[in-house]
Amino acid sequence: MIRPLCETTAGSLHSFNVAICGRVFEPPMTIADRVTGSTIAGAAEARPAGTRPRTAVPAITLPAIGERELRLDLFRGLALWLIFIDHLPPSLLTWFTIRNYGFSDATEIFIFISGYTAAFVYGRAMLESGVVIATARILRRVWQIYVAHVFLFTIFLAEISYVATRFENPLYTEEMGIMDFLKQPDVTIVQALLLRFRPVNMDVLPLYIVLMLALPLILWSMKWRPDVTLGLSVVLYAVTWEYDLYLSAYPNGFWAFNPFAWQLLFVFGAWCALGGARRMSRILSSRVTMWMAIAYLAASFYVTLTWYVPQLSQFMPKLIEQWMYPIDKTNLDVLRFTHFLALAALTVRFLPRDWPGLKSPWLRPLILCGQHSLEIFCLGVFLAFAGHFILAEVSGGAAMHALISLSGVLIMWGVAWVISWYKRVADKSGAKTKNAVGNADLAGGG
Amino acid sequence: MKAKVLLSLILLCGGLAAPAARAGDAAPAASPPPASCEVPAYLLTSESPLPKVADAIRAGKPLEILVIGSRSTTIPASENSSYPARMEAILKEKLPPSEVVRVSVEIQSKKTAEETASTFVKLMEAKTPTLVVWQTGTVDAIRASDPDEFRSAVTEGVAALQNAGADVVLMNLQYSPRTETMISAQPFLDNMRVVAQEHGIPLFDRFAIMRQWSDQGQFDLFSPSRGPDLAKQVHDCLGRALAQFVFDAARLEPAQQQN
Repeated sequence: MIRPLCETTAGSLHSFNVAICGRVFEPPMTIADRVTGSTIAGAAEARPAGTRPRTAVPAITLPAIGERELRLDLFRGLALWLIFIDHLPPSLLTWFTIRNYGFSDATEIFIFISGYTAAFVYGRAMLESGVVIATARILRRVWQIYVAHVFLFTIFLAEISYVATRFENPLYTEEMGIMDFLKQPDVTIVQALLLRFRPVNMDVLPLYIVLMLALPLILWSMKWRPDVTLGLSVVLYAVTWEYDLYLSAYPNGFWAFNPFAWQLLFVFGAWCALGGARRMSRILSSRVTMWMAIAYLAASFYVTLTWYVPQLSQFMPKLIEQWMYPIDKTNLDVLRFTHFLALAALTVRFLPRDWPGLKSPWLRPLILCGQHSLEIFCLGVFLAFAGHFILAEVSGGAAMHALISLSGVLIMWGVAWVISWYKRVADKSGAKTKNAVGNADLAGGG
Repeated sequence: MKAKVLLSLILLCGGLAAPAARAGDAAPAASPPPASCEVPAYLLTSESPLPKVADAIRAGKPLEILVIGSRSTTIPASENSSYPARMEAILKEKLPPSEVVRVSVEIQSKKTAEETASTFVKLMEAKTPTLVVWQTGTVDAIRASDPDEFRSAVTEGVAALQNAGADVVLMNLQYSPRTETMISAQPFLDNMRVVAQEHGIPLFDRFAIMRQWSDQGQFDLFSPSRGPDLAKQVHDCLGRALAQFVFDAARLEPAQQQN
């Protein structure tokens, strides 16, 4: 039966209605379902929702599978491009990445959207096939991400070994100390497999692996009480800050992204996917929220500006500086989290889901990349290594730099297109049984 | 997106305008620096003063400078061309001939900021410098120390040096493009900037200066050359920039300079 799901959901105009809807194929539903989307809490379904549609709040609501939420793909694609550019040595293009304009950067977007899509896909799997099957599917995904991480580590080893044997500039004798770990590959490689030894730029996938490992628990708890789950996540975040929880790394130090803190964004993403976004729609559409977000973004932009134009820092009150610094990325500083929230609030307000631009061919490359995030993320890290190698070996000029950035983005787009094309072909010829259960790509990422 | 383009253009123009503005007010020095040493003014400007250096020079007392560093403070087998030696030479040129300038170097190779800072109390008992240039961060970045612990180590170190009665200049990492994808410098650069701001002490941004040289093509820092020439030139420019930086931060008047 074909039914327009969006028409019946509340707060449809300005709302943060990120739920995926549209005309979709769905089994016949109860009246309660028509109002709130498909629901799980039995109590909510039993209620005569036709008379009091908004009083019954189900535990979680799952949007129907149908058209993809292109905004998610768009911004995840954007985050992938930005991460690629941030991983390259700084250049003109680096000025286009958002970390230069505020506290948060592409990582926040990435983890949030990953939480959102993972909950969306595997939450549905949990409802339809049960906890065990959903957990098994999540673990399979974790394995894929782990393999991808090990693959990237191998490439890193190749690069660092090359530099170690070829490069002996006396200016940099000290920096060559980074090669010391090559003296004990037995320890280093085992530590890398245990995710404890993570070279630069390889921190995101281990974080994602840990978050995905926790996903069955998160979803199971969300199924019971989404708000309580979110509350627990906030508590864990606070406890992390108060009691300094961390995962240690090898040879010393800690994980660059502390999973105990970063889980907040992931769980928040999951919470939004499972109906939280819809319930926040009133807050998000209010003008007060909008102006607060704008004011906060402007203030954080000013602070960022003082990093690049030190003369401005004399206009910064010392007290605020002392309170604010350092803005801790490892533990997802509250300032960063808030900055992300402000960005997200403005985005959903000014970029409605049905914005025609989302269908435009100009944004197609971004959306395609966002739809195959794990593959494209790994490709991006690899391309950053390769690009750096070319810069070092061939020439380091600005033109070369621009060329490398541009071709990197084009390659990411090309590969994303090929993957899409292959999936389409494979789906056509392949099993028709494998339909709308949700595919791993939607939940992918790194 | 448009706003971002505009913003980056503005920032860029600012960056381009800075060197132009600098050309006008450059003080005439005894030996003109090589053109390749050009550094934009904003990288040599600090809001934080060096009162003790200024007092020492005003009172005609000797200027004792201690550089605490690591292996990148020197060039293997060419110590006299390293940046501390070059800074000493340039400062002597800039200051009145009567002024005594002595630069000594304390190398603590392969030590983190924490390990280095723990030696400061003893070190400052042995020497009583007017100014300490503390160059740190590289070893911590290589070992991927916890940035928080790094920050508190630097904070403690700076406090120890200040308590011993010295002005302090912090110097951050070298810009090393070859190892850029292997060593994560940013957290350490950020934390050093924070400590400098909190303590109101000048930060000599070696990283940004060297990156500027690399970007502008003044030096090919990617070069795999095994000879010491590149290192000598870079250290010469670093020494000049550091001398200029100390001179400006101490708010020394051009009049004093020409005595």
